[in-house]
Amino acid sequence: MTAYVRPADLAEATRVLADHPAWMILAGGTDLMVHAQHQPVPVGILDLWRLPGLGGIDARQRDDRSWLRLGAGTTWREVIADARVQHALPNLVAAAREIGALQIQARGTIGGNLGTSSPVGDSLPVWLALGAEIELRSVHGTRTVPYADYCTGYRKTARGVEELITAVWAPVPATGTRLHWRKVGTRKAQSISKVMAAAALALDGDTITAARIGLGAVADRPIRATAIEAALVGRRLGDDAIAAARAALAIAPITDVRSTAAYRHDVAANLIARFVAA
Amino acid sequence: MPKLTLRVNRQTHTIDCSASTLLVEALREQLRLTGTHVGCDTSQCGACTVHVDGASVKSCTMLAVEAEGAEITTIEGLADGDKLHPMQAAFQEHHGLQCGFCTPGMVMSAVDLCKRVKAPSEPEVRTWLEGNLCRCTGYHNIVKAVMAGADGMNGGKP
Repeated sequence: MTAYVRPADLAEATRVLADHPAWMILAGGTDLMVHAQHQPVPVGILDLWRLPGLGGIDARQRDDRSWLRLGAGTTWREVIADARVQHALPNLVAAAREIGALQIQARGTIGGNLGTSSPVGDSLPVWLALGAEIELRSVHGTRTVPYADYCTGYRKTARGVEELITAVWAPVPATGTRLHWRKVGTRKAQSISKVMAAAALALDGDTITAARIGLGAVADRPIRATAIEAALVGRRLGDDAIAAARAALAIAPITDVRSTAAYRHDVAANLIARFVAA
Repeated sequence: MPKLTLRVNRQTHTIDCSASTLLVEALREQLRLTGTHVGCDTSQCGACTVHVDGASVKSCTMLAVEAEGAEITTIEGLADGDKLHPMQAAFQEHHGLQCGFCTPGMVMSAVDLCKRVKAPSEPEVRTWLEGNLCRCTGYHNIVKAVMAGADGMNGGKP
């Protein structure tokens, strides 16, 4: 018989997880419930939905930088509605709008997407482009891990079995940084991504001074396009940057039921080309 | 089997239910409220949409045990006796259905929309219904019905 616990606070949640690290950790359930029907019934369920201490979006100062700390229980609908996120992280809002449809956006959470860590998780390339950090908490303490070090393989993460994902820390981009997002799927609404790309471009006039680009659905995990990032520095928006980006694209996507490797490769190149167009 | 108490359509039910039972399974198989449909089982089609504390939720993405303490409304709880809810009346009047399989979910989503947005525009209705799939009529009459239903919910003629 499956045990079920809805903890009253974060302290209780981490205690339950320390005692039962194999339990299913449930947030909004939008992804987990789809898979759960084809998996063995879990021994126990730790239900984090609306857990006090997991919600909320706050402006914070840390390491001489401004950050937005987004609680792991924040739903996509809450992300879309938040004025500070709209202003500082418009590419996150754009990604959130394309996650499922409204009922899914009302239940799906930031932490759930990170916990599932699917290679097609819609929010994940955005965290790469933003340079976000993941806050993890257990009975032993709290730590933060850069997203780039968080996802370590196909649905594998740096989260310890006793750790809960409690928040994402997103550095507020400097004024003038261009933020981009684009998802390509079979249809506009509710489709699983074929290719996703997110970018943050720092500019001096129309010359790129720094770039961070995250790609999704083109590898076993969300990846940074580091060769393109390096190639873009010093390039001018437009043909100069587009040529550099296309020459530096080095991805090896798979062919599967949703798309072919060649299509994914070409679409990823085209999305980045649009991001750096004049 | 553990006992679970659910408030559904203004009535309290106590059922035997495992922690891994989906809300839609409890509604259909235990309470026999079969107006809530299962089209895809993968959270895409929206035929299983119900209201949990007034908000539309795909009941295949939620465990029954999570709904304990919440007020659940299914399509069966929308009408007032023999008097159809204005949104149901609008779907009937504007023929917002063909086979009817998606209709309960469409109606539940539409009621939630029109409670949040008093007079939704056509693009708002189309965006809101992205999570509800119809495979027969296309969406033209459904959108017309939702716009009329919004009027009806505000006291106009559906």
